[in-house]
Amino acid sequence: MVYIVGVGLTNVGNHWNKSLRHLAVEASLKALESCNKNIDYIVVANALSGVVNGQENLGSYVATHLGKIGLPAVKIEAAGASGGAAVLLASSLVSSKMADRVLVVGVEKVTDYTALEDSNSALSTSIDSEYEAFHGGTLDAMHALVMRAYMWKYNVSKEEFSYLPLLMHENAVDTPHAQLRFKLKPESYSSSPVIAEPLTMLDLAPLGDGAAAVVLSKDAEGSNGNAEIVSSGQATDSISLYRRRDLTEMPSIRTAFKRAMENTNFKPDFYIIHDYSSIMGYIAVEELGLAERGKASRLFSSGEANRDGPVPINPEGGLKARGNPVGATGVYQVAEAYLQVTGRADGWQVKGAMSGLTLGIGGIGSNSVVHLVRGV
Amino acid sequence: MWAYWQSVPAHWREIPARYRLEGGRCMDCGYIMLPKEDICPVCGSKNIETVILPRKGKVLNYTVVWNALRGYEYYTPYVLAIIELEDGSRIMAQLTDISPSEAKKGMEVEMVLRKTKVSGESGIIAYSYKFRPVIR
Repeated sequence: MVYIVGVGLTNVGNHWNKSLRHLAVEASLKALESCNKNIDYIVVANALSGVVNGQENLGSYVATHLGKIGLPAVKIEAAGASGGAAVLLASSLVSSKMADRVLVVGVEKVTDYTALEDSNSALSTSIDSEYEAFHGGTLDAMHALVMRAYMWKYNVSKEEFSYLPLLMHENAVDTPHAQLRFKLKPESYSSSPVIAEPLTMLDLAPLGDGAAAVVLSKDAEGSNGNAEIVSSGQATDSISLYRRRDLTEMPSIRTAFKRAMENTNFKPDFYIIHDYSSIMGYIAVEELGLAERGKASRLFSSGEANRDGPVPINPEGGLKARGNPVGATGVYQVAEAYLQVTGRADGWQVKGAMSGLTLGIGGIGSNSVVHLVRGV
Repeated sequence: MWAYWQSVPAHWREIPARYRLEGGRCMDCGYIMLPKEDICPVCGSKNIETVILPRKGKVLNYTVVWNALRGYEYYTPYVLAIIELEDGSRIMAQLTDISPSEAKKGMEVEMVLRKTKVSGESGIIAYSYKFRPVIR
């Protein structure tokens, strides 16, 4: 058994006065103080520090700034799925008895460059660098191709993609650590500028700085609530989008989900999914079996996905409005699931939630990680 | 920044694929790939022969990129497409010699060699395949 015994979050956004190290330390200290325990391993989740901050070796980097020189520490990278992958591997350190208590801290500092060309170049390291990005492919352009394929295949209009961003913004208003805490008007979606046709700005999650930390332990010993990681699963798909047969499917999601669900009859009360774009959010809920192919928009337009609906999705606001500190996002998701199942999501609580699913996705669906989290 | 873009050998070793569409064909399952791999991504076979892919194909999917990468500002907006070549293989490339509004699904295109990326004042100028509408 592996338990989450404490978490710490920074707000997601533009932290002009904080570096990678300040963010990592702030979230880590909060997590350590919330459970009041010592750790014997550090796992750092991050996607872009090499290209954006000129800093790698984040295990040693975080251990140093956290006053934990000497502890074993390592960085785990899987693009947008880095956070989920870090929690998965850290949890295996605990279950294999390599460690008693592991601090997993996800951190990303991406706003030091304000030009979109630079953030696009950084994010394009998550796709095929030599045969996609070399030809001018951005990560957003990959989402655009997927969106176009989906619109053609299922005869879906552009407006039908507005339901996910609208709900995410509505949810984030109540989430203290969210980046975009304001409601969106439907007409803002319609007039949003084009990023890569047909994808527009309001289909996409904003980039933000942030850090999230969780402490994993072999015992349910947290002084402020405990949650169990019931099971986890991970799967990959081709790094290159152009080699896939059907762009409207992301098999890594359903395979990760299936692997997590083996040997358990887990029933999530809510879902925290990786909506880098509205189209990725739609495909994610279809791959998780929550909507029929081509019909995901109804889940969001009907109110079913609302926080008080039968299938709450991203009660905190998702990547779209909580924000997307890339490599840290998956740790945010697990920390948010913990706050939900321990009943401490003040203002953004799914009533009575005892179990939740998190889904982190890297690249354009090329790496997916699912965690099942239950309050104990 | 982006030092890996400035590298001469990093571009040079991809030249067979980028200049003349030199790819691979799996001799066990028939899958045709660009670039050539050591292991077939479909069936796992190591039995791959070198083949030159056909220079003509049709547009399967495309997007007009308005928000580009560093180094591609000069071309923005540009059309990025997934193209199915005449042998059924797939490739990602820019469309050229057209305005973005002319791009459409099913459009017949052919390969041309074009300047693709300029990496700053001291970096290399990389050429590679792009595709233009077939001239009849």
